[in-house]
Amino acid sequence: MKAQASYIALSYWDVAASALFLALAAVLTLVLRLGLFRSLLLVALRMVAQLLAIGFVLKMIFQASSGLVTLAAALVMSGFAAREVINRQQRTLAGLWRYGVGPLAMLFTGAIALVYAMTLLLQPEPWYAPRYALPLFGMILGNSMNGVSLGLNAITRTIVRDRLAIEARLLLGMTRWRAFRPFAADALRTGMTPIMNAMAASGVISLPGMMTGQILAGVPPVEAVKYQLLIMFLIAGVVGLGTMVAVFATIARLTDHRHRLRPDRLREPD
Amino acid sequence: MLKVDSLTRPPLGPVSFKLPAGAIGIVTGPSGSGKSLLARAIVDLDPNTGEVSWRGRARLKTPAPQWRRWIAYVPAETGWWADRIADHFPPDIDAARLNELLHAVNLPRDALSWPVSRASTGERQRLAFLRALIRDPEMMILDEPTSALDAETRKRVEDVILAERRAGRTFLIITHDPAQAARLGDIFWRMENGRLSPAPDASSLVEIPREGA
Repeated sequence: MKAQASYIALSYWDVAASALFLALAAVLTLVLRLGLFRSLLLVALRMVAQLLAIGFVLKMIFQASSGLVTLAAALVMSGFAAREVINRQQRTLAGLWRYGVGPLAMLFTGAIALVYAMTLLLQPEPWYAPRYALPLFGMILGNSMNGVSLGLNAITRTIVRDRLAIEARLLLGMTRWRAFRPFAADALRTGMTPIMNAMAASGVISLPGMMTGQILAGVPPVEAVKYQLLIMFLIAGVVGLGTMVAVFATIARLTDHRHRLRPDRLREPD
Repeated sequence: MLKVDSLTRPPLGPVSFKLPAGAIGIVTGPSGSGKSLLARAIVDLDPNTGEVSWRGRARLKTPAPQWRRWIAYVPAETGWWADRIADHFPPDIDAARLNELLHAVNLPRDALSWPVSRASTGERQRLAFLRALIRDPEMMILDEPTSALDAETRKRVEDVILAERRAGRTFLIITHDPAQAARLGDIFWRMENGRLSPAPDASSLVEIPREGA
């Protein structure tokens, strides 16, 4: 009750006590023989270990407040996101291209948006202050990763599934870009639907997690909303641009200068 | 004249032949001998080597979309990208001419308003032919253009092809039907194991059944 302008610090006991209802649910699964107890226990412990670890890592990074350490952390995050984008593809481009197109589209657009926001909008001191840069980069990457991998999956699937239709358009004398137009539009829509749904729902159906967190931490709601808007705009922009770059680069790679399909440049699913 | 010189797209070729403008060339041969690969290679739909020219214009000096507007290839099996048949035809279409053509190939006038899923295989075959013809290519390569049609409708399509040739259009037609070859063809070739050889006339095209076929 005392802490009105700032956040209420939690003790470890508070945290442990909050697990009461989960423990109750876990015991019930045991009584009802649902066979979920072990995995429920494991994911809960895993979450505790992961979050405590990242808490301490972030603490160290924030204390260091060094450009190099921040960059290293951003690179590690990029690596995980890139791996995720590659692993989520059913079919990927053959050769080194599979490491290039999706991850580069995501990282390039994400990094530009991050630097833009840090240097021109938030302007912390120093501009790369990890307390701002890393959470922001994480939110951008997490969403962009989704959009890019959904878009990539859709466009590579269409090249296999709608091959006759695409070739029919090429045969009628359309350029490869025109021939792909309806299929590229579908892939972009697929990639951007989650973020568009999130924008449409935010504030009405769901309170965005970041905004909720800031409000709990004592930030006035309207200030929290401004932060949330800034971040949603950045995220949506990066999702849109990253997905477009990824989809059009994939089309460029899977066609050639003679405006023909090159499915031979696609690696079949394992 | 369509001039094809050492066209190669493994397992096809090298293939060389000449087809005079305004003529109907016929290609027959067993399934899997490379007839469709030949058609795809001529319109540059697969990577290939060799030289092809149409009316003295070299393929490699022509942007591929332009080349395919001169030489339209209608595959035996083609794709449809929109829900309605009409969306596969250009918006600035000559409606009178299209109505005439629809009637000529025995399709109802309202066929354009159908959803694609409503058209039968034979109807789609004719609609795919019209969708290419209405764009007014100088030459057409037709792969089994009447394979799904009854005798009466097949005759109607053949009549359209003959009328178009009289109007100056060139055709290369891939067919399994020796009688159709005789009705339509001016020049004849036979494809065997990726090699094309001239045939003196339609009667020499009678299918020799392959072992196990």
